[in-house]
Amino acid sequence: MRNNGDEKVIKENTNIALDNSHITKKGALSICNVTKIYDPEGVHVIALEDCSLDIKAGEFVAVVGPSGCGKTTLLNIIAGFDSLTHGEIYLDNELLAAPGVKPKPGPDRVVVFQHGALFPWKTVLDNVIYGPVIQKKMSRDEAIEIARDKLSRLGLKEIENVYPGQLSSGMQRRVEIVRALINNPLVLLLDEPFRGMDSVTKSASHEALLELYDIFHKTIYFITHDLEEAIFLSDTVVVMTTRPGKIRMTIKVDLPRPRDYRMLSTPRFLELKETAKDAVHEEALKAFQRGERELA
Amino acid sequence: MSKTNISKDNSVANMFVKKEISFGKRLQKKLFNRTNINGTIAILGFFLIWHLLVVLRMPFMKHIPTPVTVLETFINLVTKKVYWVSLWFSTKRVFYGFVAAQVLGIPLGLAMGWSRKFKYLSFPVFEVLRPIPPLAWVPVSILFWPTNELSIAFITFIGAFFTIVLNVLRGVSSIDKELYRSALSLGAKPQHIFRKIILPASIPSIATGMMVGIGITWNVVIAAEMIAGDKGIGRLTWEGYLAGDTPTIIVGMISIGFAGWLSSGIVKIISDRMMPWRKLF
Amino acid sequence: MNIYFVLPLFVILSFIFFIFYRQQKRLAHYSGISTLSQIKKTLTSQRFWLVILGFVLTIGFWYAAVYWLPFDAFHRLPGPDEVVIEWLSRDPYYGISIYTKEYYVHILYSTYRATVSFLLATILGVPFGLLMGWSRRFYEYSFPLVEMIRPIPPLAWVPLSILMLPGVEPAVIFVTFLVAFFVTTLNTLLGVQSIDQAYFRAALCLGASSKEILYDVVIPGSLPYIFTGLQISMGAAWFSLVAGEMIAAQYGLGYLIWQGYSLVKYPTIIIGMVTLGFIGYGSSAVIRYVGKRLMAWREQELGGLGVTYEE
Ligand SMILES: Nc1ncnc2c1ncn2[C@@H]1O[C@H](COP(=O)(O)OP(=O)(O)OP(=O)(O)O)[C@@H](O)[C@H]1O
Ligand SMILES: [Mg+2]
Repeated sequence: MRNNGDEKVIKENTNIALDNSHITKKGALSICNVTKIYDPEGVHVIALEDCSLDIKAGEFVAVVGPSGCGKTTLLNIIAGFDSLTHGEIYLDNELLAAPGVKPKPGPDRVVVFQHGALFPWKTVLDNVIYGPVIQKKMSRDEAIEIARDKLSRLGLKEIENVYPGQLSSGMQRRVEIVRALINNPLVLLLDEPFRGMDSVTKSASHEALLELYDIFHKTIYFITHDLEEAIFLSDTVVVMTTRPGKIRMTIKVDLPRPRDYRMLSTPRFLELKETAKDAVHEEALKAFQRGERELA
Repeated sequence: MSKTNISKDNSVANMFVKKEISFGKRLQKKLFNRTNINGTIAILGFFLIWHLLVVLRMPFMKHIPTPVTVLETFINLVTKKVYWVSLWFSTKRVFYGFVAAQVLGIPLGLAMGWSRKFKYLSFPVFEVLRPIPPLAWVPVSILFWPTNELSIAFITFIGAFFTIVLNVLRGVSSIDKELYRSALSLGAKPQHIFRKIILPASIPSIATGMMVGIGITWNVVIAAEMIAGDKGIGRLTWEGYLAGDTPTIIVGMISIGFAGWLSSGIVKIISDRMMPWRKLF
Repeated sequence: MNIYFVLPLFVILSFIFFIFYRQQKRLAHYSGISTLSQIKKTLTSQRFWLVILGFVLTIGFWYAAVYWLPFDAFHRLPGPDEVVIEWLSRDPYYGISIYTKEYYVHILYSTYRATVSFLLATILGVPFGLLMGWSRRFYEYSFPLVEMIRPIPPLAWVPLSILMLPGVEPAVIFVTFLVAFFVTTLNTLLGVQSIDQAYFRAALCLGASSKEILYDVVIPGSLPYIFTGLQISMGAAWFSLVAGEMIAAQYGLGYLIWQGYSLVKYPTIIIGMVTLGFIGYGSSAVIRYVGKRLMAWREQELGGLGVTYEE
């Protein structure tokens, strides 16, 4: 199920495809009525309830919602770290996950983790080339060449022989994105990748990610708390409700691509932002009050 | 609050629904899970193999009794006064040494962490003495202290002392410097900083030091009793050896293990009490 | 006779100086100061003199307690001068000094036993701990056994191991090995358990097989704990080796110390203790050095200045 015929695509990408016409569009996700119940010691925690969502191949979906609403849970299910309780998930019309069917985590659905998971014991370069080399998709030298190119695109030159512990958290995040992208995944799962960056680095990272997205057009599941970021980057913004997590609304972002920072002040952008803001604010308020009640 | 919040309540309610399971079923689930069953199998297997090795007369098990004999000896010994007196003496020595190590070690560690000058003055000397194994102090201790009881307690003290001091010092030096600064900028006096920041922040490391320390003290006491003791459970074991009475040796070992385990449990309870905000280990 | 005081004092002073000098040099690497001003800085720092004062006070107290204080307990102990004279004498009164062959025989015996036990414990304990952390099933079977046997202090094993093993020598080594083994195993296990789940997940995502996870996540991730464990294990090995030697062995520093007591050769006791201290310190320094080499990533994380001689 995973990676069939993907080998070819990777090989073609070796010389960084400048025209992407011959890259087959794959990576459509359809999430049907997914429910997830955690059950530690008999206490039901309904993390997700009846979530349905269609993500087209190559679509950039940003998920926003209050803390603890199940954004990461859905990501974990797609990645194969967790099982689901009800419902199904299809990847390119093939069953990916269902009750009792748990996909093996693999390089077709690569995750960038919420708290960062670069191997601290490997240098930046070794981290980045880890995937393709152990999958034996490329030789080490090939991988290094591609890695260098991608690192420099994200403004990460001259740090390849440094250990991740010495980098700022913003740099670590970007290295992790490169480490994910170099596997040429069908779906890229990003869990708050730009958290904790200063605004300058953040906007630079946005530009870099958009540039990469415009070239590779991967399906992206992007979790964030920043509404502006969500609208600016994505094709669709998904707003989730407080626990139990449901999908409250999906907002189609019809801003043209390539995106540009001037769009942040266009009337259409502000209009979209208003819509999303109202929904998110209401959910956040509920979550906050519920938090107070749970404590009481 | 507004109406939307109240209508939300039912979903709040079913968020933490306790599954209806009877107490018996839950107990059953807790006792008979895979981990416990496998653990029991392993331990039973251990005794079975031991028994078989003795019954089959393996050469290295020549002097070793079967678990059954050991159990008989155990039951026999438990009814004797010597056994309990020995245990009592060892426990007392552990207690004295351990308490003395806390009483002297914690202030010393705090002082080293509190004052830079004091640390420069004392820490290197401390580091030079630390690698000397506690048992190497036995002769000096016997020479110095007037009674045997005191010298064994002293060796026990040495065993726990270095660990305690080191742990406390580590705890104090790992306190975030921001804490001091914010306290100072809020107008705290040095004694406040000591009482409100340094002391509470070093409690977890004191607890760690105590946990490690209690293990060491039992080790030291047993060794010291074998080398220089009269009375004590270590001595009892050693006399079992001198008399060629292997079952007593094994019973001694088991009792020591059990006593050590019990005291670790007690220290753990104490250290949990010391820090109600978190569970260590 | 004066030489006996000057020589060791000189050794200690230059040792302390060396440590400080090295620290300054490391700092200089970052700030670029000349050698001469490094030496000057070392000699004028308050810290340098405080450290020396600490040693002088300690030895001074020892001297004063043995010769001047009105406590009988102290008078029974040998004074520092007596020990130093004996230690450096070509013709030692009690038979042990740096010029006698016997001294080195004892050192060699102890070092040999400690090394063998330590290596054996490392070779067996690290894989055992990794396996326990790696395989859930293996953990379930072995952990209760380990926990059952571990609370028994190493020295309680001495009589039994003398009976089970052929001769005293293997028994002492076995007891030493046993302690070190448990420490190493449990620290390795702790190391594996302390690895963040995210690293396993990341490796899986990148297509790692379970063998690759073992090599690229489990082993490097638990290395810091393994080395902490090895340091403790070395200490524990010396601890029980000395006790074992005192109880049962011929030769070795523990034996030397105990013999010094029973034959009323008191300065020899102190010589044995100090020698043990030096060797113990040296052996853990070696482990620390190897650990630093293997974990370059941590060293860099700490900015290269992190580990001083205090650690
Ligand atoms: N392993 C688990 N066991 C029990 N409950 C869990 C587990 N993992 C997550 N949860 C619960 O499920 C809910 C959703 O968690 P999740 O991590 O998906 O939230 P999130 O939307 O990613 O939040 P955040 O924005 O803070 O990352 C939370 O309330 C959490 O407490
Ligand atoms: Mg999350």
